[in-house]
Amino acid sequence: MSKYTLYDTLWDSHRVATLPSGQDQLLIGLHLIHEVTTPQAFAALREKGLAVAFPNRTFATMDHIIPTDTVARPYKDSQAESMAQALENNVADYGIPFFGPSSQQQGIVHVVGPELGLTQPGMTIACGDSHTSTHGAFGSLAFGIGTTEVQHVLETQSLALSRLKVRRITFDGPLPRGTYAKDVILKIIQTLGVKGGIGYAYEFGGTTLDAMSMEERMTICNMSIEGGARIGYINPDETTYAYIKGRPYAPSDANWDKAVAYWNTIKSTDQSEYDDVVHFNAADLEPMVTWGITPGQSVSISQSIPTLQDISGSDQKTTEDAYAYMKITPGQPIKGLKVNVVFIGSCTNSRISDLREAARILEGKTVQPTVKTIIVPGSQQVKAQAEAEGLDKIFQAAGAEWRNAGCSMCLAMNPDQLVGDQVCASTSNRNFMGRQGSPTGRTLLMSPAMAAAAAIAGFVTDVRDIV
Amino acid sequence: MTPIITKIAGTAVPIMGNDIDTDRIIPARFLKEITFEHMGDYLFADARFEPDGSPKDHPLNTDGFKNATIMVVGRNFGCGSSREHAPQSIKRYGIRALIGESFSEIFSGNCTSIGVPTVTASESTIQALQEIITAHPTTPITIDLDARKVSAGDRKFPITLPDSRRHSFVTGTWDSAALLLSNLDKVRHTANQLPYMTGFSN
Ligand code: SF4
Repeated sequence: MSKYTLYDTLWDSHRVATLPSGQDQLLIGLHLIHEVTTPQAFAALREKGLAVAFPNRTFATMDHIIPTDTVARPYKDSQAESMAQALENNVADYGIPFFGPSSQQQGIVHVVGPELGLTQPGMTIACGDSHTSTHGAFGSLAFGIGTTEVQHVLETQSLALSRLKVRRITFDGPLPRGTYAKDVILKIIQTLGVKGGIGYAYEFGGTTLDAMSMEERMTICNMSIEGGARIGYINPDETTYAYIKGRPYAPSDANWDKAVAYWNTIKSTDQSEYDDVVHFNAADLEPMVTWGITPGQSVSISQSIPTLQDISGSDQKTTEDAYAYMKITPGQPIKGLKVNVVFIGSCTNSRISDLREAARILEGKTVQPTVKTIIVPGSQQVKAQAEAEGLDKIFQAAGAEWRNAGCSMCLAMNPDQLVGDQVCASTSNRNFMGRQGSPTGRTLLMSPAMAAAAAIAGFVTDVRDIV
Repeated sequence: MTPIITKIAGTAVPIMGNDIDTDRIIPARFLKEITFEHMGDYLFADARFEPDGSPKDHPLNTDGFKNATIMVVGRNFGCGSSREHAPQSIKRYGIRALIGESFSEIFSGNCTSIGVPTVTASESTIQALQEIITAHPTTPITIDLDARKVSAGDRKFPITLPDSRRHSFVTGTWDSAALLLSNLDKVRHTANQLPYMTGFSN
């Protein structure tokens, strides 16, 4: 049993009661909602005639179904339009703050929360979305929930939960040239497996992470769920506080000092005890690319796709399924794999630093005319910032499309979708079968720099060779 | 109180392979409906049907398994997206419990909150069960949550399930809404202790 970690401290301070089942009832400090996983919860609330218990602790935005090439309403897809309207009605009826399409603050829920200063250390944060783990980058306990649980939070601002174990994962050393937070988390998932985190919260640390910006830390925590861990977090530090300070929902003036004082009390310390500790060294890290149908099926750019002999018995079926679905030959180098589409975006890699890095690679180059390249900022604020810096011009000059904020081609709920068996170099987080909208579409996950390099080359290539 | 669930009896369908994600259980394009009503129709849509609607080779398209009420799955079942549409599609299709080597945390939590037990068993038990039902799809299967056993015909295997889950099924409290609501005063009390809930203004 872990002790004295940030996880344990926050669990104890948010415990409302222990339920007869032995589960704890935990207060949820911040509840974020979007259009896809909430209409049924509000319908149930209405049916029961209940109010939202803490309407000022739930915040809404719209991201999954929103088209990124036009802002015109009604949306062409009538189902998307009715889903948008359902959210708009629900937030109006229940008095929930809403960062909607016309707010200039709309975007992917996991980009918007931090950028508005809603996400802060020491909170419990829930959202009907598995990538809620992103917010753990600030030293909060943040996790995805289902729609029935969304209803529980609306009704009671609390949830029935079982305590997780805590695994500390450290990464030490400076990041080698051409590698990024995305490569760090893909390496962790490759090593510990996509189910390695079941039953655990991941606490990330070490000098590699200490040196990272908040945006990089969010990329790491974002994908803890891909490693099976419902929660991933990083202890807050000066980098965290500097990011939050001055944001619209951040505490200000005298309250700021009280906030920092509180945040400093919640961190894990030398006395913390963990259920498990795993250590990585950044020195051998290379750009990573997934080749299969789970985020754990990845290789370094200089490696080849593993053969069945490299895979342990119980994983062989998934591996064979991956070969067949991806239409690849075991043993073939990952480098040189042809791509048809490049997608730079999603809650993993759509923040300003991601776009700056993509622009640095694309500046003065052109993408292959056969490669459809779309660049999708994570929020309207990221979009405005990128345009202020002229990044949109760089992208367009290179032949890439510059879009409006949303989840876009990360998943198949809006018009941005793969067609047939297209191969997409994608900065998102999931390479599941059919994830990007075509039942036979193929996804290769990588960093924004690697995706930009693939757009220029027309195939998977080593970004270190071109910059 | 929600119904007490102690035993689930019926026939079972094997779903082979590990790391079957919720996008595969229900592809995202079906999530655009604002109710769960039709989700049962979309279970494993792309794994079961070609784009033109013709059936693929899939256990749920096999006569012997069509009326199964228990699903026997591999490791890390239900990983990925937190969409409750996945458990809803399984439940609405007619599945009342799942036995697997392991389940993603969010998926099994979602299943629990809609009254579908997800019990785990060893790799060898899962293999044995999948072999039995593949050979004889009509084999009667019973999951006994109290005794923590699954029987397949006259064979018995141990299953595991956390105490808290077992308790909530056998006492009929798996929908925790009422319990949580009865503690609303305590929720307010806890909220008042946390400086951020008032913007650090106290
Ligand atoms: S960007 Fe992708 S992973 Fe992130 S919230 Fe949107 S759909 Fe989910």
